[in-house]
Amino acid sequence: MTSRFRRIAVPLITASALALATAACGGSDTASGPASDGAAASAEKIQLKVGLFGDLGFKPLYEEFKKTHPNVEIVENITQFNDHHNNLVKRLATNAGAADVEAVEVGYISTFTAQPQKFHDLKQYGLDKRQGDYLDWKWQQGLSKQGGQVLGLGTDVGGLAMCYRKDLFKKAGLPEDREKVAALWPTWEDYIATGKKFAAADVAGAKFVDAPGEIFRAIVNQAPTGLYDPQDNLVVDSNPDVKKAWDLSNQITAEGLTAKLAAFTPPWNTGFAKGSFATIICPAWMTGFIQEQAKDATGKWDIATVPGGSGNSGGSHLMVPKQSKHPKEAAELVDFLTTKDAQAQIFKEEGIFPSIPALYDDPSIQSFTKPFFGDTPIGKIYSEAAKALKPQHLGPKEADVRTAIGNGLGRVEQGKQTPDESWAQVLEDVKKIK
Amino acid sequence: MRHTLDTRVSPYAYVAPFFLLFGAFGLFPLFYTAWVSLHEWTLLDEEQTFIGLKNYETLLADGYFWNATFNTLSIGVLSTVPQLVLSIWLAHLLNRRLRFQTLFRISLLLPNVTSVVAVVVIFSQLFGRDFGLINWMLSLVGVGQIDWAAGTATSHIALSVMIMWRWTGYNALIFLAAMQAVPRELYEAATLDGASGATQLRRITIPMIRPTIIFVVIVSTIGAMQVIAEPMLFGTSSGGGGGLVSGGPDRQFQTLALYVYEQAFTVFDFGYASAASWVMFLIVVLVAGVNFLLSRRVKGGLL
Repeated sequence: MTSRFRRIAVPLITASALALATAACGGSDTASGPASDGAAASAEKIQLKVGLFGDLGFKPLYEEFKKTHPNVEIVENITQFNDHHNNLVKRLATNAGAADVEAVEVGYISTFTAQPQKFHDLKQYGLDKRQGDYLDWKWQQGLSKQGGQVLGLGTDVGGLAMCYRKDLFKKAGLPEDREKVAALWPTWEDYIATGKKFAAADVAGAKFVDAPGEIFRAIVNQAPTGLYDPQDNLVVDSNPDVKKAWDLSNQITAEGLTAKLAAFTPPWNTGFAKGSFATIICPAWMTGFIQEQAKDATGKWDIATVPGGSGNSGGSHLMVPKQSKHPKEAAELVDFLTTKDAQAQIFKEEGIFPSIPALYDDPSIQSFTKPFFGDTPIGKIYSEAAKALKPQHLGPKEADVRTAIGNGLGRVEQGKQTPDESWAQVLEDVKKIK
Repeated sequence: MRHTLDTRVSPYAYVAPFFLLFGAFGLFPLFYTAWVSLHEWTLLDEEQTFIGLKNYETLLADGYFWNATFNTLSIGVLSTVPQLVLSIWLAHLLNRRLRFQTLFRISLLLPNVTSVVAVVVIFSQLFGRDFGLINWMLSLVGVGQIDWAAGTATSHIALSVMIMWRWTGYNALIFLAAMQAVPRELYEAATLDGASGATQLRRITIPMIRPTIIFVVIVSTIGAMQVIAEPMLFGTSSGGGGGLVSGGPDRQFQTLALYVYEQAFTVFDFGYASAASWVMFLIVVLVAGVNFLLSRRVKGGLL
């Protein structure tokens, strides 16, 4: 009896224990540590943590900041894009673990400005004086929903352009000069037509575009209204511009123009190195990526205007969570990292483009070039793109909706569903997003 | 005379630490999860409302949940069955006098001590669509380019290989330990009777190590039902797109544990995720129970 019982009970208990191990897992966090061990060591020394989702080019600026704040030590922590924002949601909800300065990308900014009680109002530290520096829409994005509180200061904007490989264009018999290339594609339909010509030339090992996902995002961002209307209602199913972007993106797949390399994955990185695609949608910050990933491709990439008019893709704000024990210093750091000079310096080093319009006509920006991109007038191209930007309202679950649509595009790309089937599933998925 | 109190009580004191820990980290979360699952409970709302079994109702009608269940079972079968056969065979090979015996045994364990992240990242490259080693080898024998992460079956195979890589050697060592307890005389007698190595394995070894087989089957089944790290990392490192937690854009390799993770830590719907993990728990117990009954019936020709 007892041995029989044990034979059944032991596996069952083991089963429960192991099952629970999974049920309870997921909360582990590598980033959290003693929040202010600097403060404990001496009364004056403090440590500021900066939480980012990518290298925003702040490192040299920390050193500068320390010259005026010798008691401050700065620790930067970079996490993967989705993890970074998800973790921030968790840390705000549990009131523990957030950094003193957190970067938030535009896709998530409305999620956080809807919770003003979780952040310090930077007005208290006099940062409302910075309003005049900024592009108005960029400034507005950092305010609380009801207005009135300054929750985040903008870092960069991602004015759109199109990067292309001159050598691959040459092989396909297409023009190389950026004016002529821009003339190939005033509209997205023209862009696809150019892609067909590129495909017809059958350049070995190269497709026209990396994947349709970022193109979809760009086309939506060019429209006056995107995934949300100004009242924060989801309009994915009713906005004709969203459907148009969906159809165009799937046409790219249907014509066989995509290399099927999802952005920010290791094979995508390899694709840069191997020259697997000839064009990529190129907000200013993408130029830094290209340079980093396509190390041996100096002089091969150039930048033309984007089809379909101007638009914004990406860009961030810096926010100071209420949890911060040193909000005054954190606010000073936010101010310091976003000044005109700091943004100009970051652009020149990392390609991340400023959100301060006074810089757009600055000669040092206008004439700025980079050895990697040859004589391409990067500064001029992105200044023009940023000046032409029309702001678009972004809703609270922008990122989740985008993921659902991205999955839909992926299903078509992988041949799992027809565009119509996939669209129906996207609408179902989007409906579930609360 | 010894203290009867001591002899009576001290055994309980010795085992108490386990039960205390199990209570705190096993039983308590189990029941608390059940409690949470009866609520509309999200991370972002301060208030939690009691909604009875509504989460379970929604869950049972949720196609994505059943999709994840199917994927889990499919990956489970694909990884566990070949793994057990292979590990018994490996153990059988090592269960004889060999040169460098310890070296072989230790190398069996090496894949298991490697970090799962490293394993998945490297295997994702091996299973790469454009520049993967496996596709290159297949192209030598004329098989076309396979997009491993895109297909349902192919992604399950890729993930099963990763799981087998980590656990086959580990299970082989457990089998080997059991095999060494089998009395030598049985083999000697069988050899005298002219039984071949394969017959000895089938007629002597397997029946004699039956309790170990049952143990390994149960533990592997439970492990396979809870796979999460492999599909999650495969999704991000395979280039097929899809969100971090969706297991491919068509959820073609999203497992149950990954689904629970998605609901809890990206949707932040703790109530629903708790309901899902309870149903998952029941499925694990059910599958482990069925396997237990099945593997108990394993009999060799000896009996």
